[in-house]
Amino acid sequence: MNDALPHYVSPEPFDPGVVEAMTAAQERFFMASQWRMMWWKLKRHRLAVLSGAVLLAMYLSIFVSEFLSPYALRTRHVDFIFAPPQTVHFFHDARFVGPFVYGYDYRLDMRNLQRVYTENPDVVQPLRFFCHGERYLFWGIVESDLHLACPAKNGQLFLLGTDRLGRDMLSRILYGARVSLTVGLLGVAISFTLGLVFGGIAGYYGGWVDMLIQRMIEVIQSFPHLPLWMALSAILPVTWSPILVYFGITLILGMIEWTHLGRAVRSKLLALREEDFATAAMLMGASPRRIIARHLLPSFMSHLIATATLSVPSMILGETALSFLGLGLRPPITSWGVLLSEAQNINVVALYPWLMLPVVPVVIMVLAFNFLGDGLRDAADPYH
Amino acid sequence: MFGYIVHRLLIMIPTLLVISIVIFTIIQLPPGDYFSTYVAELQSQGEAVDLQKIAFLKAQYGFDKPVWQQYLYWVAGLLHGDMGYSFEYNLPVRDIVGDKLLLTFIVSFATVVFTYLVAFPIGIYSATHQYSWSDHTLTFLGFLGLATPNFLFALVLLYFANVYFGISIGGLMDPRYLDAPWGWGKVVSVLQHLWIPVVVIGLSGTAGMIRRLRANLLDELHKQYVVTARAKGLPPFRALMKYPLRMALNPFISDIGSLLPHIISGAVVVSVVMSLPTTGPMLLDALRSQDMYLAGSFLMFLAFLSVIGVLLSDLALAVLDPRIRLRGGVTR
Repeated sequence: MNDALPHYVSPEPFDPGVVEAMTAAQERFFMASQWRMMWWKLKRHRLAVLSGAVLLAMYLSIFVSEFLSPYALRTRHVDFIFAPPQTVHFFHDARFVGPFVYGYDYRLDMRNLQRVYTENPDVVQPLRFFCHGERYLFWGIVESDLHLACPAKNGQLFLLGTDRLGRDMLSRILYGARVSLTVGLLGVAISFTLGLVFGGIAGYYGGWVDMLIQRMIEVIQSFPHLPLWMALSAILPVTWSPILVYFGITLILGMIEWTHLGRAVRSKLLALREEDFATAAMLMGASPRRIIARHLLPSFMSHLIATATLSVPSMILGETALSFLGLGLRPPITSWGVLLSEAQNINVVALYPWLMLPVVPVVIMVLAFNFLGDGLRDAADPYH
Repeated sequence: MFGYIVHRLLIMIPTLLVISIVIFTIIQLPPGDYFSTYVAELQSQGEAVDLQKIAFLKAQYGFDKPVWQQYLYWVAGLLHGDMGYSFEYNLPVRDIVGDKLLLTFIVSFATVVFTYLVAFPIGIYSATHQYSWSDHTLTFLGFLGLATPNFLFALVLLYFANVYFGISIGGLMDPRYLDAPWGWGKVVSVLQHLWIPVVVIGLSGTAGMIRRLRANLLDELHKQYVVTARAKGLPPFRALMKYPLRMALNPFISDIGSLLPHIISGAVVVSVVMSLPTTGPMLLDALRSQDMYLAGSFLMFLAFLSVIGVLLSDLALAVLDPRIRLRGGVTR
């Protein structure tokens, strides 16, 4: 093509701002990366930001569960079985003492054979902070005895009560977060990978491959999830160690939940591959893998993250339901579902309602993930 | 339209076939089978085991044949309406499942009706009163319904129903009607007990549907034809009912497909908690004891129910919304 007409090209450097200068604010807006614009938009969604903060706090807490919880996970207080939650007071006899709890008065109701605990207003047990309490192995490695809050010397601190073995509920909930929170994340990681691979293949190639994968997604989606989860977790051998069961359950949760992501990926790809930049890359000889990974995926990654966020709640609820039925995680592991499975009995509702408290973090988590996901989804389209 | 129905029916066949293979694989996967567990259990209790009898039973049920033959027998049986034999109960699966299926149907049907009856007015209300405090409250309640694990909600509701209304705990009817023949009192008792599982199971589905209906209706309400209708002096109620509502109704029909698996899932957990005589507890037991034909045939039945549900909702949509009918087929 050397015989094209010669045309004049100015050697001077060209500044596009010469024609119409942009204000600083405009420039900031137009030069911002996609992620920065997403963040600006998300910031205006107050509920989503709040949910994000709550989630962040909860996830940070699992790094220091040992420090946050007043007692160790398996410590039993045999004198305080089914003790009700204590309330934190500040004033005793109209005098400010700082945060403290009253000790328990215990008596066995011989008529109902029921343990009755009452607050003893004479025993004042001030809380201690950043104190040395029960010894523990931090993450199973470093030995320490530092706690955020401990009971008074020879006192008790059961802010959320104790269970049938006299274990502190608050500590168990804090430790349980480790398992329950990561089950959702690991499961989403698995379903994210599966969704990307299958959705990507279906959306890019179309034709009979698409047809096949679509049918597969339909089959999985049309099937009631819980019975399928139950059947799959019945496969896990009883002899497996707790940690293997944990990974097995995450795998099972992820294997069935990927369909939503797969669908989202597929429909986006179908639309995007018709765009000019995809055609251009194709004409320049880029391989399908490069086009998908390098050109198409980044342009809807934000959407995918939003969809993934929205699919975490169903995994958390799935884990709770499975553990509740006794098919998921089992007692040596402590998760919120395992804790709730002890609240299976109607007696619990009537006599020891504080055993149902692990449901509170579950509800908070699910709500927070929903709100954050909604906010992300709105923000994922910053030009809208 | 006829072509579309045939197309959909033909697609159902490979779908069900794939599902049956998956289910059979899943129930085959646990190591050992019902008989080896059974023998181990007897031996651990120190009882004598007639190994010859076990071998005979194994041959009888085709356990000595290759897996693919077992699968073919099972599917062939299903096609004849023979759901296999339960080892645990020592009865044909059909006899065990029969009356429980009726109750499962009743509960599921009642839940669908409940979902529609509640979601419909609330969805319309919160769409027409967008951002009012009642809309915010209802939306929040809806979210709470999505987030609460339904087994716990069932327990609490059960307790309060017992304390405040004196309804007996667990089951679908008062204990004294258990063996009684069907009569007026029994029906009333069933209705008294039915509302708790229905509310619990339907809660999350209802919440989801309210959100979708609200979003859809809001989209429609902002369109120009609604403004035109109002400007021409159509009364607000008519201007709502006549056009935008009809347009927003699609999710009600298309949701049957996704609602049904949802309800069945929920029903399994809830019925275990409330010890309902439906199929949930039975499935749990069957899975635990590797009673494979009972578990497998029942899972297959659930899948069939869901696939039919999807089919019906697609057909209804195709009838009601001509935009949908001609899509589908293969993408290029």
